Amino acid sequence: MITTPPAELSLTACNLRRRLVTTSAEAKIPHLGSCLSCVELLVQLYWRELRIDPEAPDDPDRDRFLLSKGHGAPILFQVLGERGFFPLSELANFGKAGSVFHEHPPKPGYIPGVEAATGSLGHGLPMALGMALAARIQQRPSRCYALMSDGECNEGSIWESAMLAATQKVHTLTAIVDFNKWQATGRSQDVMALDPLAQKWEAFGWHAQEIDGHDFGAIERALTAARRETERPSVIVAHTVKGKGVSFMEDDNNWHYRTPNPEELAAALSELELV
Amino acid sequence: MRDAFAKEITALASERADVTLLSGDIGNRMFDRFKLAAPERFFNCGIAEANMMSLAAGMALSGLRPVIYTITPFTTTRCLEQIRVGVAYHQAPVVIVGTGSGLSYAELGPTHHSLEDMAILRTLPGLNVVAPADSRELVAQLREALDAPHPTYMRIGKKGEPVLHADNAGLGIGKANLLRDGSDLLLLGVGPILGEALQAAEAVSASGLSVAVVSLGGVKPLDGAFLAEMVQRFPRWLSLEEHGITGGLGSALLEWLADHHPGRVTLRRLGVPDIFLHELGNQTYTRRQLGLDAEGLSHSISSFHGDRQR
Repeated sequence: MITTPPAELSLTACNLRRRLVTTSAEAKIPHLGSCLSCVELLVQLYWRELRIDPEAPDDPDRDRFLLSKGHGAPILFQVLGERGFFPLSELANFGKAGSVFHEHPPKPGYIPGVEAATGSLGHGLPMALGMALAARIQQRPSRCYALMSDGECNEGSIWESAMLAATQKVHTLTAIVDFNKWQATGRSQDVMALDPLAQKWEAFGWHAQEIDGHDFGAIERALTAARRETERPSVIVAHTVKGKGVSFMEDDNNWHYRTPNPEELAAALSELELV
Repeated sequence: MRDAFAKEITALASERADVTLLSGDIGNRMFDRFKLAAPERFFNCGIAEANMMSLAAGMALSGLRPVIYTITPFTTTRCLEQIRVGVAYHQAPVVIVGTGSGLSYAELGPTHHSLEDMAILRTLPGLNVVAPADSRELVAQLREALDAPHPTYMRIGKKGEPVLHADNAGLGIGKANLLRDGSDLLLLGVGPILGEALQAAEAVSASGLSVAVVSLGGVKPLDGAFLAEMVQRFPRWLSLEEHGITGGLGSALLEWLADHHPGRVTLRRLGVPDIFLHELGNQTYTRRQLGLDAEGLSHSISSFHGDRQR
């Protein structure tokens, strides 16, 4: 874990957003809105929370982070590159034929720092649960984290996993929901009755917290509280804005699939310079 | 077979610290000894197979050797995507055991029949698909699967099946074994239904027909060296499986023959026709109805041999 003041975290987040929208425009990579909504969550995790070492990405005692919302891979790759798991120059291949950097994370072994292939929703949380149980059996200090989307909470496997994690008292497991209120084709609450989401998790036996998912201080406090749990698994329902950081993308679900044209890229970058 | 599995997995849990057992809320009392031997490594994952499968993949990626045990349709087609993505794509060395496979639970109806599992799962890259004929083959394959760097699906019967292999020599994954030698026809099968085949071979021998019976041990990988030898010895083969006729052992053998020895062998597939079964009875009744008991197989063997002579 490295200690970085919040102002620097904000700068890091801004830089990541700049590279993300640039890559999306250049390589025509979608899911931009979904990536922009979880930038602060990933920055707090990768710069402040996770016990990981880019020089030893296979350390068996490391914490595990699984991007259960695998379509957020474009921002995860930027984070891993920025954090030093591989040279940032490798991201020049993003989206090119034959590259390992495409729309979803591949299985481990291709991109350092990637713990699991995701993209089909509802897999990451149960895999993280398996890793947390493994750490308990192996008496390793690893904590396990899974970042989900709100749409992903449609999947039955998420709730199967929620029940078993509570039964097994896996307090080393922290789930985070990037609750940006949209899924592919509509408002998440209109597609499936998610609300009240935090209370649902609580009813499933989890320690549930609701926070502003763009507030570094709030994220840090919630992760700290999760770490202090000694019985229950924790979920952080992070209220976020899809497309956060670029005014004309914010809360506009067209940016689930659209990629910026040159004018839109220029406009986005000029906004991201203001931060 | 399930008692042999319970006994062996308990022994394995004592031998190695990395074996975990995940049950889908079945096996009442079956795993009491395992729970005594390794309580922290037994998990009743409830009636929630999708989570169980992905969880096992996560455990395997962290260095454990999880073994999943539940009734075959629920540990295969119920959670196929979790097998495909979590287990097979990741090459997570999970051992997936389907109990009561084929028509073991015939009287429970189509929800509990498993007549598609081998066909579906053998399409997944890197996943071995085995079907031991008896408890000896089961034990050998289970031990080998737990040492393999890749995942394995094992379909087993229920209990009380006869032991068919004379000893443990030569048993394993992708290893064919001759249960009875013969000279006129070759019958290649998987699973406990080979007990019916051996009785049928004995029955037809009375009329002078000599049938060799082989346990192939599974459908993936196939024992290519053994099959190549059989191509030289027998121009006419029968395949036998307690599984649908589409996509399973018979299909795998036809593919192998087409790829390696086109036009050399005439093969007839014996198995369950391409239907759901509604008029139910126990496994013995259902095998008889489908012509898959010893008597029915005797007729099929004789008829196949007769076709050659016409």
